[in-house]
Amino acid sequence: MTTLPSTALEIAAAVRSGQLSALEVLNDHLARIDARDGEINAFNLVMADQARAAATAVDARVAAGEDPGALAGVPLALKDNLCTRGIPTTCSSRILEGWRPPYDATVVQLVNAAGAVSIGKTNLDEFAMGSSTENSAFGPTRNPRDTGRVPGGSSGGSAAAVAAGFAPISLGSDTGGSIRQPAALCGVVGVKPTYGMVSRYGLIAFASSLDQIGPFSTTVADSALLLEAIAGHDGRDSTSIDAPVPSLLESLGRGVDGLRVGLVTELMGEGIAPDVAARVRQAADALAAGGAQIGEVSVPAVAYGLSAYYLIAPAEASSNLARYDGVRYGMRVDAPTTAEMNAATRTAGFGEEVKRRIMLGTYALSAGYYDAYYGKALKVRTLIVRDFERAYADFDLLLTPTSPTTAFKFGDKTADPLSMYLNDICTIPTNLAGHPAMSVPFGGGSDGMPVGVQLLAPALGEPTMFRAAAVLEAAAPALDEVWS
Amino acid sequence: MTLTHEPIEGEHFVVVSETTGDEWEIVVGLEVHCELATATKLFCGCPNMFGDEPNTNVCPVCLGLPGSLPVLNHNVVELAMRLGRALHCEVEPSVFARKNYFYPDMPKDYQVSQFDQPINVDGWLDLPDGTRVGIERAHIEEDTGKNTHAGGSGRIHGADYSLVDYNRAGVPLVEIVGRPHIRHPEQAKTYIDELRAILLTTGASDAKMEEGSLRVDANVSVRRVGETELGTRCEIKNLNSLRSLGRAIEYEARRQVDLLETGERIKQETRHWDEGAGRTRPGRSKEEAEDYRYFQEPDLVPLAPSAEWIAAIDAGMPPLPAARRDALARASGLVITDTSVVIAVQRDLDALALASIAAGGDGKRVLTHVEHNLSGEGASNLDPAQFAQLVTLELGGQLTATQAKTVLAEMVTSGRAPDVIAAELGFEAMDSSELEGIVDGLIAESPEEWADFCTGDDKKRGKLQGFFTGKIMKATKGQADGKAVAALLESRRAESL
Repeated sequence: MTTLPSTALEIAAAVRSGQLSALEVLNDHLARIDARDGEINAFNLVMADQARAAATAVDARVAAGEDPGALAGVPLALKDNLCTRGIPTTCSSRILEGWRPPYDATVVQLVNAAGAVSIGKTNLDEFAMGSSTENSAFGPTRNPRDTGRVPGGSSGGSAAAVAAGFAPISLGSDTGGSIRQPAALCGVVGVKPTYGMVSRYGLIAFASSLDQIGPFSTTVADSALLLEAIAGHDGRDSTSIDAPVPSLLESLGRGVDGLRVGLVTELMGEGIAPDVAARVRQAADALAAGGAQIGEVSVPAVAYGLSAYYLIAPAEASSNLARYDGVRYGMRVDAPTTAEMNAATRTAGFGEEVKRRIMLGTYALSAGYYDAYYGKALKVRTLIVRDFERAYADFDLLLTPTSPTTAFKFGDKTADPLSMYLNDICTIPTNLAGHPAMSVPFGGGSDGMPVGVQLLAPALGEPTMFRAAAVLEAAAPALDEVWS
Repeated sequence: MTLTHEPIEGEHFVVVSETTGDEWEIVVGLEVHCELATATKLFCGCPNMFGDEPNTNVCPVCLGLPGSLPVLNHNVVELAMRLGRALHCEVEPSVFARKNYFYPDMPKDYQVSQFDQPINVDGWLDLPDGTRVGIERAHIEEDTGKNTHAGGSGRIHGADYSLVDYNRAGVPLVEIVGRPHIRHPEQAKTYIDELRAILLTTGASDAKMEEGSLRVDANVSVRRVGETELGTRCEIKNLNSLRSLGRAIEYEARRQVDLLETGERIKQETRHWDEGAGRTRPGRSKEEAEDYRYFQEPDLVPLAPSAEWIAAIDAGMPPLPAARRDALARASGLVITDTSVVIAVQRDLDALALASIAAGGDGKRVLTHVEHNLSGEGASNLDPAQFAQLVTLELGGQLTATQAKTVLAEMVTSGRAPDVIAAELGFEAMDSSELEGIVDGLIAESPEEWADFCTGDDKKRGKLQGFFTGKIMKATKGQADGKAVAALLESRRAESL
């Protein structure tokens, strides 16, 4: 098993050149899943049969002298809120019980077309609402580094799948940090692209104006590879950006000489664990060593990001999740009238956190409260965009922690939703602004668990962001290296 | 209570209370939903078709399946703008909003509509009677599916089960919100007629009320004549025909006047018209009304049609009914509200009339023929020059009005020239001494009637004028000129007094 290459780039190169069969790669990964996913619970569904068929097809194409594509034979895990034709797509919710989408999400079509082998659907906090994957109707996912701890969330399954070696790459979705925070907690790379860079068609919506699909991987280069494969304009998503796909792999070796990088003052003090903040400073030093100019920058409005987010996201969610009413698909709990059937179905089908957010969002949009809550949150959102604009006048990139702490233990924060929400304090402002950001593993915390540092860039700033990520990756201390 | 059709003080119509004799004014504002005549739906490529097998014109988008996203149909915007400009609206940058409420015929349990920033604002529609009805807005939204309830009373309550057809879900609609400038049930019907003509002219909709592609809700209130404040209104729904519209407004106005005169207040509510019972029944009251929690649709981007696009729409705008009436009134020397002008445009015969007038035909006479003698098919094939010639022959005394009518009918079927037809039919001007002889003979035959005609009151005389004219026309086989006959009878009466 150890003789096989471990990164997507290496696997694809070996498969494309005929040195390695996609089926062999797949079987190796299926064996790892068999061995350990009972414990980790990264997958809601392992698509062994479909994956074998896909891998066989890739091998056949290579044998026929064709090029299966940039992701040839690379096993890939899909967050279970991405629609897969004919294959159950659950959002880790009981309410979608039995539903099989009649279509593939655009990103699923793209990775399949690039020769990737979709290996399974990964666990998540129900409807992507949560920061620990504890809100799944199918049980929590465990952090492969320490199974007593959460993997983060909501894309906990996709992060854990990569961290556990079940797949070299995976796709998640990020509404307020749902890719970056679990990436940090599991010690892998996670990217939230610019809003509109990746089509949302077929991503089951949580909060439409914030949701964005992005990659997980063990290396920065693999995230670049996967993002290049899924980025691009899609006529089926009106919010999709009509711009050429940036060359990310190409930008990786360019270093950071001359780049101006700002440490965000508001995200380095109160609420951030000292060991995490120390790693961020160490990361800044690494960038400085590469020739970057480091400064401190204030982005005052980020302090209100969390409050604005917890009005905007639930407001949109309350509307997006209305369709799960028992009428057309998924679960139905029968009752004498349609309205009672709707209510009984939703009561039984949704978990506690989803209900909490639907209530919150419904309230925030209600007549008489709209201006004070949702309306005000939109204004804060505008302020955040403006503050970022100001910061990017002086800096090319910003650097912050990804998560205030390393991975916490199961049950630590489930009793207090607010303490759970605080996990997203560093990641949320980017979603509100629509900007790209990524988490790069950078050593460990005092508990020996991984720390992720977050790079932020202005819209479409991915190439610059990946340059810095590559430098951080190269400079990252080993996980077990004692921090000073 | 009586409902007068007569305008008082220019343009106000009133309800006169039978109990108090007080005069009340009806105030109506209409909200019209019309389906746009695009080939495909508002946000997907499914066919926009009426009457297909249930749930055959559907896809993940119009079924609102998880993960699906809307993409705005460019042609919807084109047609909505065309309609907006025809209604003299400003086209504004607009956004889509979600109107949230649960109903099984709505796949997403929200309707994508436009709320605080609609595409068309502040226009008007001129009625044939000269009234200008303001248009507050005309915005784009999606239609819902259609429920069928089985068992019970056919309503959702008590039904054994319900079936939903989503073929209509996502069909593009424009909602046209008129200002409360309508004052009479008949005027409301005229407004819908006029709007329908505009929808057809612009190609925006096939506007079929019976197929539901045009649906009307009426906001009705009353106030005492002279009051300027609007009364509390009720919104009347389930109006499936023009007849229902008129009846419902009349019923509702009477109901409200009765309540107000007995000291009661009007409760603002939605009421449903029951065509069978001929009455409105209460639906939801405003207090129990849903809170739709409108917010901007995040899956769509703001819509900002370019000035060029709007200009192109204006440039391609076909002549609209009001402008056509105006042109015809100018050419004919009649007023724009003249019935013959209105009818000529309604029958699409204004182009013929204009061409005939241009060819020298007398405007008033041309339009009289259009109104009274050209209701059948083929009229638009008339040669304008020949039509003008006919009118000239008639006014020159070579043909009587009756003869002209006969010749015109023949022109429509045969396409031949009026002088040829007249000669063939043996129509020629009757000389006056011949007519005098016939008239005098008929007077002698009916001395009693003649005496009554000479000395009777207006009513009697009018009746007997018809009696004599009929006899004369019969005796002359319709060749006598009606005007000459009337003049002759009058002069003989004057002589005998």
